[in-house]
Amino acid sequence: MSQPFRLNKEGLINRNKKISFTFNGKKLFGYEGDTIASALIANGIHLVGRSFKYHRPRGFFGAGVEEPNAKLQVEFNGHSEPNVNATEMELVEGLSATSQNCWPSVNFDVGAINNFLKMFFPAGFYYKTFMWPKSFWYKIYEPFIRKAAGLGVASIEKDKERYEHKFEYCDLLVTGSGPSGLASAYAAAKNGAKVILAEDKPRFGGTLLTDDVSIDNLSGKDWAEKIISELKSMPNVTVKNRSQVFGYYDHNMLVMFERVSDHLEKKSKFIPRQRLWYIRAKETILSTGSIERPIVFGNNDTPGIFLSAAAKEYMKVYGVLVGKKPLIFTNNDSAYETALEFKKNNVEPIILDTREEHSSELIDEAKSKGIDIRFTHGVIVANGYKKVKSAKIGKLNKDKNSFEKIETIECDCICVSGFWTPSVHLASQSGNKLKYEEKIDAFIPDKKKQHETSVGAANGSFTLEESLKHGFENGSNLSAKITETKTEISIPNVNEKKYGAHDKFWCMPLPKNENPKRFVDFQNDVSVSDIEIALREGYRSIEHVKRYTTLGMATDQGRTSNLNGLQLVSNIENKIVPEVGHTTFRPPFTPITIGTIVGREVGMEYMPTRKTPMHEWHEKNNAVFVDAGVWKRPRYYKQGSETLFEASKREAKNVRENVGICDVTTLGKIDIKGPDAAEFLNRVYTNAWMKLPVGKARYGLMLREDGIVMDDGTTTRISENHYHMTTTTAQAANVLSHLEYYLQIVWPELNVNVVSTTEQWAGAAIAGPKSREMLSKLYPDLDVSNEALPFMGYKEAEFFGVPSRIFRISFSGELAYEINVKSDHGMFMWEKMMEVGKEFGNQPYGTEALSTLRIEMGHVAGPELDGRTIPSDVSLNGLVSKKKDFIGKNSLGREAFNVESRQKIVGLIPIDRKSSIPEGSHIVQDQNAKLPNPKLGHVSSSCWSVENNNPFSLAIMKDGKNMIGKKFFAVSPLKNKSIEVEVISSHYVDPEGKRVRS
Amino acid sequence: MLYIKCPYCGLRAQKEFSYGGDATVKRPNINEEISSEDWDNFVYMRKSPRGKHIELWQHIAGCRQWIKVQRDTATHEIFQTAKVTEEIR
Repeated sequence: MSQPFRLNKEGLINRNKKISFTFNGKKLFGYEGDTIASALIANGIHLVGRSFKYHRPRGFFGAGVEEPNAKLQVEFNGHSEPNVNATEMELVEGLSATSQNCWPSVNFDVGAINNFLKMFFPAGFYYKTFMWPKSFWYKIYEPFIRKAAGLGVASIEKDKERYEHKFEYCDLLVTGSGPSGLASAYAAAKNGAKVILAEDKPRFGGTLLTDDVSIDNLSGKDWAEKIISELKSMPNVTVKNRSQVFGYYDHNMLVMFERVSDHLEKKSKFIPRQRLWYIRAKETILSTGSIERPIVFGNNDTPGIFLSAAAKEYMKVYGVLVGKKPLIFTNNDSAYETALEFKKNNVEPIILDTREEHSSELIDEAKSKGIDIRFTHGVIVANGYKKVKSAKIGKLNKDKNSFEKIETIECDCICVSGFWTPSVHLASQSGNKLKYEEKIDAFIPDKKKQHETSVGAANGSFTLEESLKHGFENGSNLSAKITETKTEISIPNVNEKKYGAHDKFWCMPLPKNENPKRFVDFQNDVSVSDIEIALREGYRSIEHVKRYTTLGMATDQGRTSNLNGLQLVSNIENKIVPEVGHTTFRPPFTPITIGTIVGREVGMEYMPTRKTPMHEWHEKNNAVFVDAGVWKRPRYYKQGSETLFEASKREAKNVRENVGICDVTTLGKIDIKGPDAAEFLNRVYTNAWMKLPVGKARYGLMLREDGIVMDDGTTTRISENHYHMTTTTAQAANVLSHLEYYLQIVWPELNVNVVSTTEQWAGAAIAGPKSREMLSKLYPDLDVSNEALPFMGYKEAEFFGVPSRIFRISFSGELAYEINVKSDHGMFMWEKMMEVGKEFGNQPYGTEALSTLRIEMGHVAGPELDGRTIPSDVSLNGLVSKKKDFIGKNSLGREAFNVESRQKIVGLIPIDRKSSIPEGSHIVQDQNAKLPNPKLGHVSSSCWSVENNNPFSLAIMKDGKNMIGKKFFAVSPLKNKSIEVEVISSHYVDPEGKRVRS
Repeated sequence: MLYIKCPYCGLRAQKEFSYGGDATVKRPNINEEISSEDWDNFVYMRKSPRGKHIELWQHIAGCRQWIKVQRDTATHEIFQTAKVTEEIR
């Protein structure tokens, strides 16, 4: 199997290693070092996709990041990835590429009918057409547009690959290894700076690989190799290929995307697929080079039309001819190098130059080699549907707006060059406002906002001599400021061909009565006439034109289209380009995978997992866990084939009848110490704290300054100046920050210190009527009677030889205790409790039973303290002191908080005593009322009351206390349920609180 | 991502900090009689300046100190950072 367009010798590919792959099912081969694009072109394949809107046949246009068309669905190494740029993706064994946005095939695409209906698809087509009727949107228009739009298909398989994030700091980051980048990195490295040199492509050197130049008597490629190997040998330098710096963020933070192993056939499983680098650089050199821009002409999107530099790169890097009868269409000298390269490979090009006949080093060389050059000529329209077959060319009149002569000539490719556009994306992202440089008809960086310096072509210097000089100078000066060392480097001698001036010509006129599509933006199918329509319809700002026509959007970010679009707008508007301005360049410069952004933070690594010291016991005893913030808590302990409902009922019932233990380690714990601790608590909590004696606990409520309840919990006075505060699991971190805020900023005069001790203590609650009996067995030497250890009492005692704290507090509403031991002893404590508790019928209970117990007692928790309730809403106004000031007190006087009909907590039971009421249900008067049905309140927590053996819920309801005894409906459209309910007190069980004090 | 100089720890990534609002707001003294208008101003009313702004940040994954940061709200430029007991002018 031969490759008809592969040259015999040229190129940097490894001809000793063949790589087989498939394209649209067809088996092909390329060589190691090929991209998908170069391998396909070598095989004579140009038609690779269909365009976005009109489904026009599209081929390759560029040879790297600038490629707007050749986006393929690629399967390799077990992935299927859409929108892969064929000009960047390296060939790997077994890779399978398919065309996108075509059906049934790229050769015969039904959607191409759009191309013949193009008069119906002008700019803003979707905005204008899919307006009415409104009801059509979801079922008809949106699915249709979604199907028509979008290119590839995202995989729905789980991504098995590994992605990494890396944080790096350096003195100088150099983005691009062309001549100016190499020079900058080298000079900085010699000054001892910590340097990172990033190159997007697999090969270092940038234009040195393709330009016919010499530096210090070495070819460009050899000089690049020499510098790179020297840089690699220096310990202060990191050199990275396949690594694109794609975003410039605040405070000189740049983000780089490294393709670590996509090009490898086999790799160790510990090597990530891709890596995201967060680089904080003291200084940044932007040596991102430039991208050639096309000249606009008719049917300029036909497969076989290339940027001229891309055609040269295919020959010099990949040993591939983009055609054997090339037409070269240019307004400047650089395309002559492409022509000479063709000639060197025994292919006869024809050059169409829009300029008047004149002389320059390159023109003279082309002439002397006998190349056919036609001045003041250009391509009017390309002929051929799936591949260029010929071109209608014209000799331009002096005004360059009409033709002296028109003829058709045969060709199989057209290489177009409309001069060069500096890649200013990163500079612009950094906040640099950019200025228009008349000399090159393009924007270059202007005043810097961050520590960035553009050098070489990225700064509009297109000669090698200038690029190297700027590179060495800037690399040396910027790094010397940091390292305070300056090593003299002699700037090498350069041999390059001098370019003459370019022609400010960017769009070919059309002869009368001809109207082929002339594309400005290939990726988004935006043509000259689309932009004309947008302007005719009154869009003036370039940002509006962009959005209306989609010019410069999507993955392409206007790399090849930006300036031609601006030229067109400025021509029509009779403005100069700088007045039109430019649209915003946004990161990422080219698409990066979602996997890289996510990195290792998937699955188990998405968040840290906190486990209590008793976790293993729970696991062994069939606990089903629930996430409580980052904690894993047992939700219930499954016995046999129990459901959640059955298990939680059993566990809760056992607490009410016997005794149960619950792992409460996750509660936030804060140690508060200092002589002003009591005063501090008195300000933080709504209730009084000055008189709490040592050895006693108190329930406390804290508010935000706006009067809304922030958190609740108990705080115990351990000794004179030492308190132990507990918070809810969810609010632990916020409460600590809240306390620190007041101590550090508002009341620094208070002598108090706070520190989180959540991790230091393991906690277990013992709850139930038999808990005292069980406690006395756990502490045989301690008097645990109601008199010695009353409700809200506190004692320190040895738990089988281990120091422990006993708090007589209760969340379940039963007689209950909480035991804390050092975390290391948590498992010991738990196992001892299970052992000792056997004779009392002790069973562990999980969060579901815990909720049941607190709900039927009417104790509030997160669902009630939801950031909207004040103390009186949840019947906690008894805890609000009238005598002292505290955080949020002044807000409680607000009018809205004191209206008669304000929401209050109530209990709800279903009339049928059977139907569970879904949490989140709305309470309404009439379930059949016309929408919007006035909402009287909402159901915050629901349970099955084990005490009364029927469902019970807590609800926050308007004027709740006066609704007791009345009937309403709890409706949940989500669950499609409507349940008739009766309002009762929120304290469903033991309203007097006798049990906790028994 | 911002790069914030903690007066206690040095330059650290924004990831380590948590934002705490306007640093120029002073809470009324405890036990002080205050009009409801002044109280409402303290609780709710904040300026949203474009440009220099002194704000509070807490070095939450570091020394846990609250600090003052003078930042440009439009460009994110940080001019100065200080301990909360220090003045920024």
